[in-house]
Amino acid sequence: MTVIIRNGEIAEDHFKGRFACFGDGIAVPVGADTDEKGLDVPSSIDPDELVGLAFGFSAVRIDFPSFADGRGFSLAARLRRGGFKGLLRARGHLISDQYPMAIRSGFDEIEISREMLERQPVELWAEALQRVEGTYFQRLCARRPVREAA
Amino acid sequence: MYIYDDFDEGFVRERVRQFRGQIEQRISGALTEDEFKPLRLMNGLYLQLHAYMLRVAIPYGTLDSQKMRQLAYIADKWDKGYGHFTTRQNIQYNWPKLTDVGDILDALADVDMHAIQTSGNCVRNVTSDHFAGAAADEIEDPRPTAELIRQWSTDHPEFQFLPRKFKIAITGSPNDRAVTRAHDIGIRMVRNDAGEAGYEIIVGGGLGRTPMEGKVLREFLPKADLLPYLEAVLQTYNLAGRRDNKYKARIKILIHEGGLDDFRARTEQAFETIRKDFAGPSDELAANIARYFEPPEFNNVRSHGFEKALEANPAFRSFFETNVTEHRNPAYAIVTVSLKAHGATPGDATSDQMRTVADIAERYGHDEIRVSHEQNLILPHVRKADLPAVYALLVDAGLATANAGLLSDIIACPGMDYCALATARSIPVAQEIAQRFDELKLEHEIGPLKIKISGCINACGHHHVGHIGILGLDRAGVENYQITLGGDASEAFALGERVGPSFPADRIVPAIDTIVTTYLEIRESEEETFLETYRRTGSAPFKQALYPEENRHAA
Ligand code: SF4
Repeated sequence: MTVIIRNGEIAEDHFKGRFACFGDGIAVPVGADTDEKGLDVPSSIDPDELVGLAFGFSAVRIDFPSFADGRGFSLAARLRRGGFKGLLRARGHLISDQYPMAIRSGFDEIEISREMLERQPVELWAEALQRVEGTYFQRLCARRPVREAA
Repeated sequence: MYIYDDFDEGFVRERVRQFRGQIEQRISGALTEDEFKPLRLMNGLYLQLHAYMLRVAIPYGTLDSQKMRQLAYIADKWDKGYGHFTTRQNIQYNWPKLTDVGDILDALADVDMHAIQTSGNCVRNVTSDHFAGAAADEIEDPRPTAELIRQWSTDHPEFQFLPRKFKIAITGSPNDRAVTRAHDIGIRMVRNDAGEAGYEIIVGGGLGRTPMEGKVLREFLPKADLLPYLEAVLQTYNLAGRRDNKYKARIKILIHEGGLDDFRARTEQAFETIRKDFAGPSDELAANIARYFEPPEFNNVRSHGFEKALEANPAFRSFFETNVTEHRNPAYAIVTVSLKAHGATPGDATSDQMRTVADIAERYGHDEIRVSHEQNLILPHVRKADLPAVYALLVDAGLATANAGLLSDIIACPGMDYCALATARSIPVAQEIAQRFDELKLEHEIGPLKIKISGCINACGHHHVGHIGILGLDRAGVENYQITLGGDASEAFALGERVGPSFPADRIVPAIDTIVTTYLEIRESEEETFLETYRRTGSAPFKQALYPEENRHAA
C-alpha cells in the first residue's frame, strides 16, 4: 500500500485514470476515460524520449528506486521546461528531506510506502515543505522556478 | 571577502537547525543509517578510522582574521587544538563528537562559514587560485565567479544525489595554480578575439584510480551563460552518469566511454532548454558580489629597511627567495606561510599558529588570508616594507620554514593515520623525506620540486601530478610505495609515469634520495629544474639508478 503526500499532507489520490508502464503497453495507454491517461517511467529513461512521450498523457509518475538515485529530479525539471503541464508524481523511495527538492524540481506530489510513512510521519514531510522557499537558487536566478514553468 | 547578508545567514542557520533535526531522526530511528549517511555527508560529517571527522568549507580558500580565530577556537573547544588544511581548500577536524557537531556548525555560522556540501555525491566546495586578486599574472579575479557558483550549487534541487561527487575549480590566471585540468569541471577565465571576458570550460578531469586529463568542452563561453551552462553539464551527467559501479560513476568515465562529442551534443541540447527560462543572476546581484572582492586600499610607501634586511639577514633572504611571490602592485608581495616544517604533518596547524597568522594578517596583510591546495597558508597582500617584521613574527611562531615550492613542501593526504580507506601511511613518509633532505641541506640547491603522496589509489594527495609522485599500497598486508615521475599540475599538465616495481616502506626514502641524486648528476646546469631534466632525458636514467639489478640483466 502507498500513500500520496501533497501540500505536506496525506492526500486522496485525485488521479482517476491508470498508469501505463513505459516499455509495455505503451502504444495503447489505458485509462478510465481518455483524458485520464497516466505514464509510469523508470529513472533510467532517456530524457528526450520522456519529453516526447509525455505529451500524450495527463499524468507522469517517475520512479525513485532508491533515495540515492537523483535522476528523477532532473527528469522532472526537463519535463517541466519542455512544457509538460500535467500531473507529475514521484513514486518510490524518497525521504522527507528530499520532498522540497522534488517540489522545486517540478513535482506536484509524491507517493511513498506506508512503511516509510510510519518511520517518517507526516509532520516531518510538512516541516520539510518549509524549505521550498528561501533558497539560494531563487535569489540567484532571474528566472521562473521550474515548478512555475508548467 | 564575501560577507553574508540576511539571506545567507538565514540559510546557513536553517541548515544547522535541519541537521540537528536529522541527528535526532537518526537517534529516534526515523532515519536508517543508510538514509542518514548522505545527509551527514552533505553537512561535512565523515566517519573515519577512529572517530567522526568534520570537514569545513573555506570557499575558494579565502579567510580573514576573524574566521581564522574562530577556526582556532573550534580546534581548542571541540577538538585537540589543531586542524588539518586539505588539498581542496577545506579544514578538517579529526576528533569532534557527534553530539557537539550542531554547536560547531553554529560557531561556524557566527563567522559566515559552513560545512555544507564538503562531502557526499553533490557539488563540492568550489576551489580557486590561492593568489587570486593579488597575482601579477592575473587576467581577472576568479573569486566573484567562484562565489556565484557556490551560491548556485548550494542546495541545488536537482544535484544533491548525483552519481558521484563533483568538483569544480576556477582560475583567473594563465599560470594555472588551481589544477583545473584535474577537476570534474575546470574553468579558466579567458578573453576572446573581440577582447570580451568569458570562460573556457574543461570537463572530465580527475585523479583517483583512473587519472584523466580534462578536455575542453567549450573554448569560449560568454560570462552571462555560465550558470545555465554549468546546469546543463550537471544535468547531463546526473541523467547519464553510471550508477551501477561507484568506481565508474565520475563524469570522466561517462565522457571516456561515450566520447566528448556525444557529451557535448547532449549538454548543448540541455543548455538550449535551460537557457530559455534561466537568464543567470541579475546584473545587480553579480555587481553586489563583485563589490566584496575589490582590492584593498594599498599603501605604496616603500622603505629602505626592506632592502637592508635582505642584505643583512641571509635567513630572511632565503625566505624571500622561496616563500615570497611577486604581487601585481610592485610595493607589495605575496607571502606563503609554510605548514611543512621539516618533520611536521603537512597541512596541520595548531590553534596558536592559526591565531598568529590571523594577527599578522590583521596588522600587516589587509586582513586577508588564503589556504592553498598545496596545504599552506597565504598572506596575499603584504607591503614589502613590512616583510622583515612579518618574517620575525613567523620565526617566533615556528612558521617561517623557507621551503615553498621546494622538495619538503610535500602534499600528503592523511593516509593510514586517520583515513578509513587508506592502504598505507603517507604522513610519516612525508616527514621522513623532509627530515632526510633537511639534514643534507640540499633543498635550495635542488630547487623547485613537487613531491605528492597519497595513502591509497583515491589519490587525495594528487600523486599523479607530483614531479615525484608516491602512492602507498598494501601488498599482502605490507605497506609498499609506488613511484611516478614527471607529473605536472600546472597549465603544462601531465600525469606522472610509473617507474617500476614498488618499494617497501624502509626503502622509499632511499629511493627518493636516489632519484634526486641522479637528477643532480645529470642536470645540464643549476638552472635546469627537475621537471625540465626529466622531460629532456625521460625516465631511463632514473630507472637505471633505481633498479640497477634488473637493468644489468636486461643489458
Ligand atoms: S588518498 Fe586514500 S588514504 Fe589518502 S585521504 Fe584519500 S582516501 Fe584516504
